[in-house]
Amino acid sequence: MDITIQYSFLPHDDADAALSFYRDVLGFELRNDVGYGGMRWLTVGPPAQPGTAIVLEPPAADPGVTDDERRMITEMMAKGTYAGVVLATSDLDATFEQLQATDADIVQEPTDQPYGVRDCAVRDPAGNLVRIQQAG
Amino acid sequence: MTGRATQEEHLRELVLLRRVRDRIDRDFAQSLDVEGLARGVHLSAGHLSRQFHAAYGEPPYRYLMTRRIERAMAMLRQGELSVTDVCVAVGFSSRGTFSSRFRELVGESPREFRRRVSTETAGLPSCVSKRVTRPVRNGEARPATPHVA
Repeated sequence: MDITIQYSFLPHDDADAALSFYRDVLGFELRNDVGYGGMRWLTVGPPAQPGTAIVLEPPAADPGVTDDERRMITEMMAKGTYAGVVLATSDLDATFEQLQATDADIVQEPTDQPYGVRDCAVRDPAGNLVRIQQAG
Repeated sequence: MTGRATQEEHLRELVLLRRVRDRIDRDFAQSLDVEGLARGVHLSAGHLSRQFHAAYGEPPYRYLMTRRIERAMAMLRQGELSVTDVCVAVGFSSRGTFSSRFRELVGESPREFRRRVSTETAGLPSCVSKRVTRPVRNGEARPATPHVA
């Protein structure tokens, strides 16, 4: 088998804020921007990794999600316990300095973890936890 | 209409609570207190404590203690620093407070923990490892497992 990761999904609660974080702060490119019924799906990815992307999607857009479930997802996003992603970079400390110069919410400064990685963490505007680790 | 407005207010407050929690995660080694944390998001200390507890299952001061102990566990696992150095590095000013908070959460003293730790979570993605090894109040202090060959 030859399977790669094509898209994975993160929720957003404000498409413009999400775009400005992933494109302007993280340096991802916008690959697709689809609107439907007042909702927006943004496909973003690192320029050096054309085969893999994150789709920033409106949460709970599936009509099979109940109102109670939607409320819970929205609350979990707000309190920052819903979704996240781990990214990697060749120079974590330089990346972190650049992040600090933006208005991104810093959650963790570059730290050596006992399981062998060095990483930092920031919030995206929707409350998703974005951890960035030093590439090996 | 009112329900929707109330819900939006609730979500805005949850975002403030998230900022407080993130600040604890980020600045745990500094001398934080609930009054200062509350001032930072323009809430009263009592309101912050209650709402934070409702959202995250423990009040902010206890979360700060949990975070410090979590980081202390990580540093002790690395095995490079002494217990006293770790105590200071994670923001405790008293070795006694550090030891009792540690024992309360982990079920053994920092020194005992340091001796026992292994590399059992090596290789997990950091996000997963961080979640599964994070100290959980009341879920942690299991009786010691006897060593059976």
